[in-house]
Amino acid sequence: MNGVEGFMYPNEVGLQWSVLIVLYPFITGLVAGAFILASLERVFRVEAVKPTYRLALLTALSFLLVAPLPLQLHLGHPERSPEMYFTPHSTSAMAMFGYVYLWYLMAVLVLEIWLDYRRDIVMLYQSSKGLLRLVYGIMTLGSTNISERALAIDDKVGWIVTLIGIPSAFMLHGYVGFIFGSIKANPWWSSPLMPVVFIFSAMVSGIAGVMLLYMAATRLRGQKIDVHCVDTIAMYLFYIFIIDFSLEMLDLIHRIYEADESFRSLNFLVHTQLYIPHIVIQICLGTLTPIILLGITQVVKLNEIVRKRMYVVAGCLTLVGIFAMRWNVVIGGQLFSKSFLGYTTYKMTLVTREGLLVAVFLTLLPLVFLWVFVKLLPPWPEKAAEAAAAGD
Amino acid sequence: MKFNRRQMLILLPAAAVAWKSVLAGTPEDSPNYRMSDHWWGMLIDVTKCIGCGNCVRACATENDVPDGHFRTWVERYHVTDEDMTEPQVISPNGGKDGFPMAQEDDKKYFFVPKMCNQCADSPCTQVCPVGATFVAPDGVVLVDQKYCLGCAYCVQACPYGCRYIHPQKDVADKCTLCYHRITQGLTTACCETCPTGARQLVDLKNPKDPIHEFLKTHNVQVLKPQMATGAKAFYNGLDGSVR
Repeated sequence: MNGVEGFMYPNEVGLQWSVLIVLYPFITGLVAGAFILASLERVFRVEAVKPTYRLALLTALSFLLVAPLPLQLHLGHPERSPEMYFTPHSTSAMAMFGYVYLWYLMAVLVLEIWLDYRRDIVMLYQSSKGLLRLVYGIMTLGSTNISERALAIDDKVGWIVTLIGIPSAFMLHGYVGFIFGSIKANPWWSSPLMPVVFIFSAMVSGIAGVMLLYMAATRLRGQKIDVHCVDTIAMYLFYIFIIDFSLEMLDLIHRIYEADESFRSLNFLVHTQLYIPHIVIQICLGTLTPIILLGITQVVKLNEIVRKRMYVVAGCLTLVGIFAMRWNVVIGGQLFSKSFLGYTTYKMTLVTREGLLVAVFLTLLPLVFLWVFVKLLPPWPEKAAEAAAAGD
Repeated sequence: MKFNRRQMLILLPAAAVAWKSVLAGTPEDSPNYRMSDHWWGMLIDVTKCIGCGNCVRACATENDVPDGHFRTWVERYHVTDEDMTEPQVISPNGGKDGFPMAQEDDKKYFFVPKMCNQCADSPCTQVCPVGATFVAPDGVVLVDQKYCLGCAYCVQACPYGCRYIHPQKDVADKCTLCYHRITQGLTTACCETCPTGARQLVDLKNPKDPIHEFLKTHNVQVLKPQMATGAKAFYNGLDGSVR
């Protein structure tokens, strides 16, 4: 049969989960990682990353709003998806999605952003006119008290929300890892390490994503990049990346050493169809290269411009590597037969519901949301200072 | 055509039996089926399968299975002495059109019919986010196609490759053990058409079912026992190389 090598069970020839399901963990990973970066400042008081705090929150929100779209587009009957809320199946990991998503969106992210921005929203509401005034008016939710006491309460509650948000972010993405890791039928997925690897790779991608967005946005605004801030972010990125890579290697070494019944099949796959996406792109280009680049910046004294350029290259490669990791998990896990006797191929379509164009659109859509949010709620430190000054 | 009294005495009871079967095949005339009285499974005797593909064709016709997808299929194994763990397996069009002539060698060839194992602890029902697929009280794993989201998580979770997403209905589809037939007292389409009796519908709750004696006296195996799915497709004469 076309595209099949060896023997596949006849129903296995076509892949069930497409590039859209690759996008889903990639996007939720960015959300979780961006939130963790924001919590560095809020909970762990890493003041150096403060310039990215609000941007990280808005980034997380932008990507979180898009996260369910690839899933919806993938469903055979998207109109039935509310059933997951109304009649969730208690034994299904996937049934948790709606609740985890809503919890994270409404109870964590939106609440934290609202609490953090409430003063700005009220100020903007009072100073704007027309439609914008209406928008800001709705965003105040009728709460226009910005007295010192009220703001102190906001701050306290915001801190608690962030504290709850950290395990929630882990849950959001660890849960995605569990969806794959709990499938005993698929040895490529079935691993208790999967949720942990997903959490750390999420942190890596989110931190790299926000770092790049901060650098690009600051540049576009004609402002000076806070080097101390990006140095600190790069340091965290480097250390978390090392943990992530160690976990992935632990998983790999364990598989190689254990060499169970699936090993011959998976080994063949990694050396053939997955060689480029797994070995070359994910491990060499998307993991080792950024780790080496970031490592150099940690041990060698380089000038500011070189460091910033290295961060940009390392950040971009990191995102490519994490996307490749999601690709290799989702697509790679469907390329071999559960009989371990054959392999199929994935042919991405271009304009269909689950095609490349839709995937590109969904990847860019969060950036459009982010642009709107940044316009509505400027996350830049000097804007916050201006608003504070105006308030005083 | 004229019948004498002797012929009539023979024909009338036969006609009565035939008429009973016709009636049994009418859903509205089956008030006596109680799910709790049954625990269905399938006995597949690998030593009897000749790879004719009758079962695959009958299943496709009976259940309107779309081309390229299979509720049941037949695999042909070719096992060499050198590497028993790497058999050569083929299943062209699911064995629907039979198999090409095997090369003449002294190695082992045999056919293995496959289908949903009607697992008691089925991973596919475990993962369904809305419970659209479930194990019925009579042990048959079914899909409520008016409820299924078409997320394909169950397809991923089935270790045996027995599920697919129906290309027209966009929902999960699989062997129902011909539920519309067995609840009418009939057997499945695949069992009905198997010329060698390699497939037999079994009711583990029926003390008179010959399966009990068979399981007692034969070396019977399930596929991938390490998956611990409580599979109820019992294979007689299953070679260790079968996946």
